[in-house]
Amino acid sequence: MGPTDKRNLILAFESSCDETSVAVIEDGHKILSNIVATQIKSHQRFGGVVPEVASRHHIEEVTLCIKDALTEAEVGYDDLDAVAVTYGPGLVGALLIGVTAAKTVAFAHNLPLIPVNHMAGHIYAARYVEPIEFPAMALLVSGGHTELVYMPAENEFEIIGETRDDAAGEAYDKVGRVMGVNYPAGKTVDEWAHQGHDTFNFPRAMEKDDNFDFSFSGLKSAFINTTHHADQIGETLSKQDLAASFQQAVVDVLAEKTQRALADYPVHQLILAGGVAANHGLRDRLASDIASNPTTHLVKAPLKLCGDNAAMIGAFANVAYRHGVFADATLNADPSLEFDWAADSAK
Amino acid sequence: MKILAIDTSNRPLSVAVLDDSTVLAAITVTVHQKHAEYLLPEIERLLGMADLKPTDLDRVVVAAGPGSYTGIRIAVTTAKTLASTLDIELVAVSSLATLAANVPVEGALVAPLFDARNQNVFAGLYRIKDGVPTAVIADAHTNITSFLEAVTEYAEPVWFLGDASHFADLINTTVSAATPKISPWLNLPQVATIGLLGQEMTPVKDVDRFVPNYLRLTQAEAEWQAKNPNNKKDNDSYVEKI
Ligand SMILES: [Zn+2]
Repeated sequence: MGPTDKRNLILAFESSCDETSVAVIEDGHKILSNIVATQIKSHQRFGGVVPEVASRHHIEEVTLCIKDALTEAEVGYDDLDAVAVTYGPGLVGALLIGVTAAKTVAFAHNLPLIPVNHMAGHIYAARYVEPIEFPAMALLVSGGHTELVYMPAENEFEIIGETRDDAAGEAYDKVGRVMGVNYPAGKTVDEWAHQGHDTFNFPRAMEKDDNFDFSFSGLKSAFINTTHHADQIGETLSKQDLAASFQQAVVDVLAEKTQRALADYPVHQLILAGGVAANHGLRDRLASDIASNPTTHLVKAPLKLCGDNAAMIGAFANVAYRHGVFADATLNADPSLEFDWAADSAK
Repeated sequence: MKILAIDTSNRPLSVAVLDDSTVLAAITVTVHQKHAEYLLPEIERLLGMADLKPTDLDRVVVAAGPGSYTGIRIAVTTAKTLASTLDIELVAVSSLATLAANVPVEGALVAPLFDARNQNVFAGLYRIKDGVPTAVIADAHTNITSFLEAVTEYAEPVWFLGDASHFADLINTTVSAATPKISPWLNLPQVATIGLLGQEMTPVKDVDRFVPNYLRLTQAEAEWQAKNPNNKKDNDSYVEKI
């Protein structure tokens, strides 16, 4: 099994959290279909994702998604070159449905199986905007992750900084809950932030520290203390100003650390990816920061592909396919799968 | 008819390949509980030994629960995906009935049970009729004492299978009629037996909509329903295609 001249078609699976998704991707950059069944409404009953409920929904949806993906792409199993699947990181029970279904399809139709790191998928969603030029840097921001990933070449990933506590998306959900916004809170907080002003001047954690790590727990505590104090004295705070102040602090930390990383690691592209990459405040800030950078330009993952989806898994799977990265039928879910740290990152 | 039968409801993993009434290959493993890793390789190996390709299969028979939530999802995901992707038939059997099928005694009453912790069990009561386990008390998630009391009503010897040894004292004091001594072998699913039974059974109508038989709501859903008694929304409507 190797590269061929004809178009490369991959059936990709994603089920790491609360979206069941199956896509058919041509040559890693053309979406023939991208079926996404989201469970958000279900988990909104509980104020957050309940793993067992997520697993139960995935098994309800998975083969329906396969059929829809093939039908919409107008391809059959004979046309496919490989099957790809997210095997981590994520919720183990949720991952297992995608992994089991993908392995079974690969086995049934004698197709090679490609294991994909979910975070690589998020980054490679940038391929739907333009080809990735290496070296590149990714700022990955989602509900479970906040990290800076240096990519010296295709199929290579090195973490140079990550959150020491909460992920940015997690912080959004927590302050959202304090303001009475149901999970997922990111979109509403982002909207309010645009209507308010940074009047509370929350702390910017580690902004000046000499590393590329992030921390959001201090910001979260300051936010909660401010709102509790106001409650106690019967004062009503502007949700718009709270949101604006919170978002400004998050964006300042992310943007500052990213600028510092770019100074140490000259790259052609800065890729903004992950669920929180849909945040307009963050997109706008990075765009204006990078405008004055003569060598690096910003590639924002398409808004529609910032959330979890199988199209992004197929985008990276095409690269893994060319590099001969395959798994056998023993492939298991790896809930804490991570990229390696950069060798020189101990600073 | 070429049949693949699988069961990973609990710790044992059991796979069998049959050609009509002939068992071509069968395996039951209890040394690990890594079903996600081992189920498909075992299927591959057994089909290979039987000189069959996946596309030769006509029917998949699966033990669809109750059992470990993750365990039954691995077997059911594998079975429904195979059936859906190869466009072949899917037959679902109770994981408890799979155990009951181990008893080859016509007319016997069989009580397979799985330990569900805190004195709870997944259990059912079956009578072997024409060689087939037929439910007389439906599979349920229940307290072991109330289950044993219900079983005692029959005033007949009962074959207790599965995790019965976890409740040996209770069974001896509650159930008055003598319970047959059994070989430990009978406590393990021998999925070839449901492969044989599965030939006669009616396939699942809508393979893609098929889900495991958990016999229990998740804790989160149970609590939510208690707080929202009037919300009778169909589970499907919580998931949307975007
Ligand atoms: Zn994600």
